Amino acid sequence: MIYAILRRFGQMLFVMFGISVIVFLIFFATPGADPAARIAGRNASPEVLEAVRHSFGFDRPLYVQYVTMMEKIFVTGDLTSFVNRGWKVVPAVMDSIPVTLSLVFGAAILWVVVSIVIGIVAAATRDSWLDRLLMALGLLGISMPVYWLGEVMNLITQSRYHDSWAFSWVPPLGYKNFSDDPKGWFLTLVIPWITLAILYIGIYGRVLRAAIIESLQEDYIRTARAKGLSETRILLRHALRTSLIAFVTLFGLDFGALVGGSALLTEVVFGLHGIGKLTYDALQNLDLPMIMATVMYASMFVVVANAVVDFVYILLDPRLRTS
Amino acid sequence: MILSVRDLKVSFRTDDGLVRAIDGVSFDLAESEILGVVGESGSGKTVSLLAVMGLITDPNAVIEGSIRYKGRELVGLPPRELRRLRGNEIAMIFQDPMTALTPVYTIGWQIAEQIRAHRNISKSKAMERVEELLAEVNFPNPHEAMSRYPHQLSGGMRQRAVIAMALSCNPALLVADEPTTALDVTVQAGILDLVRKLRATHKSAVVFITHDMGVVSELADRVMVMYAGRIVERGSRTALFSDPRHPYTRALLGSIPPLTGAKPRRLPAIPGSPPSLLRLPQGCAFGPRCPVRYEPCLTGKPDLGAATHAAACYRVAQA
Repeated sequence: MIYAILRRFGQMLFVMFGISVIVFLIFFATPGADPAARIAGRNASPEVLEAVRHSFGFDRPLYVQYVTMMEKIFVTGDLTSFVNRGWKVVPAVMDSIPVTLSLVFGAAILWVVVSIVIGIVAAATRDSWLDRLLMALGLLGISMPVYWLGEVMNLITQSRYHDSWAFSWVPPLGYKNFSDDPKGWFLTLVIPWITLAILYIGIYGRVLRAAIIESLQEDYIRTARAKGLSETRILLRHALRTSLIAFVTLFGLDFGALVGGSALLTEVVFGLHGIGKLTYDALQNLDLPMIMATVMYASMFVVVANAVVDFVYILLDPRLRTS
Repeated sequence: MILSVRDLKVSFRTDDGLVRAIDGVSFDLAESEILGVVGESGSGKTVSLLAVMGLITDPNAVIEGSIRYKGRELVGLPPRELRRLRGNEIAMIFQDPMTALTPVYTIGWQIAEQIRAHRNISKSKAMERVEELLAEVNFPNPHEAMSRYPHQLSGGMRQRAVIAMALSCNPALLVADEPTTALDVTVQAGILDLVRKLRATHKSAVVFITHDMGVVSELADRVMVMYAGRIVERGSRTALFSDPRHPYTRALLGSIPPLTGAKPRRLPAIPGSPPSLLRLPQGCAFGPRCPVRYEPCLTGKPDLGAATHAAACYRVAQA
């Protein structure tokens, strides 16, 4: 167990190192993009350029710059933005993490629960009108772009029907800290959770339905029927368990990516200043320190999410347990 | 009679029309009797017994005829009622022990699940029973085996676990669908011994499906030979092996290498292959492959008749 954790940790360090090097090199190797010229602005005189170059340390060898940057992120934590000088990057990331985690965790709970129910119901009633209806709704959910859906949600809940009884509880856009105002935190996030979850409910419901139907063809399901078990028990105890593996795999990938910043569109639409928004803004101004910090954070989460997925695999399938 | 099947017909609706997989099968089974059902793949031996178990779940299947278990009609019985019989009074052992057990539960759990589905007893009582059952099917260390997952056991051990599961509720009827086919020869012998022993201890009647004439000759009291969804010959084991009447039975027995006498240069094989159920020949289904066919075989389907040792063949009826 300890060995497994250490191995994961080593893997995480390796991934983070690799990604940091690549991000770093891309920044400096982007053709025609002298970072000093970018920071100094258009029509800067050569003297100004030189001063900028010296001031940001761009005149030092690349590996020195790399090591300095890593030291500032992980050891001293006082890395500052290239764009807004003096803006500390690490605290900015730390402030954004709870926003993104709140959004993604809530949506994940919603989509896992709902899609498992949908997958089971659709598989149990396969080829019936209910199954077709659920799958059509799922496809609809997948097809709606999240930025569009988010805006429509806002239009309905914030503007057109805000005064009706149905949506008068919806607070204005923005994030409220859980520690300051738990109720406000919950209420502001309900609509974003639903918006983000709808896409994944569609995907996961369909994936789970297909996996359950596939495992219902297995020989051991016939054995379970021969044992005289009820159809419900066969479905929930014998078919579902083995079908969850594909589901968990997908979840690990999606969850890691979302926590790492892929929830950007949802964050922007609902005015939540999370990691996605932070990364997006940093990319807009090619703010290397900020990009570096958010990417490090994201890669850490992807590796952690994968480790959790592997752990769940072992819980689900005893064949993967090696003694 | 434990089981009495009359004129059982199973058809499947397909894009090419109705395909009749079982065409008028009738047989009886007495208490603690072993009936061997022999035939090639696709001859309908498994489908007919799945119909008895009520395990044909294909919505396109049509089942006609009568299946009586202890006098009770099973065809058309509501699924709930059928479920109460299945695993409890009628149990089944499947061909491939590698895939017949759910991979994510211990065998102890899976056997206890069946017991608790039919008996109102506590978990610990069920587990005690599981241990007894595993000991009965010759697990060397039954207590430890209970907590094993299927993938941790060998094929033979898994089949023993499946048998223990089938026996868990003392079924009056045990259907074994080629239980030895997927196993090594030495393991096969052990399983056959076990079936024989269990017939004695549990008094279960057994329907033993196989394509292996050798297994039938060792185990069965009576034998039923199937071809293209029909019974072509039926009789006691001794009668059938000493005096095979249907040309198909003869051909099957002729293709087994003799243990005594001169070694044949080449083993005889039956020419051709079994007919597709979609395009059964007119007349006798075995006709096109039959060495002794004559005019009546081309048009009529011979009946089996009612005799204890009977063959569905015009040549036999003639003789």
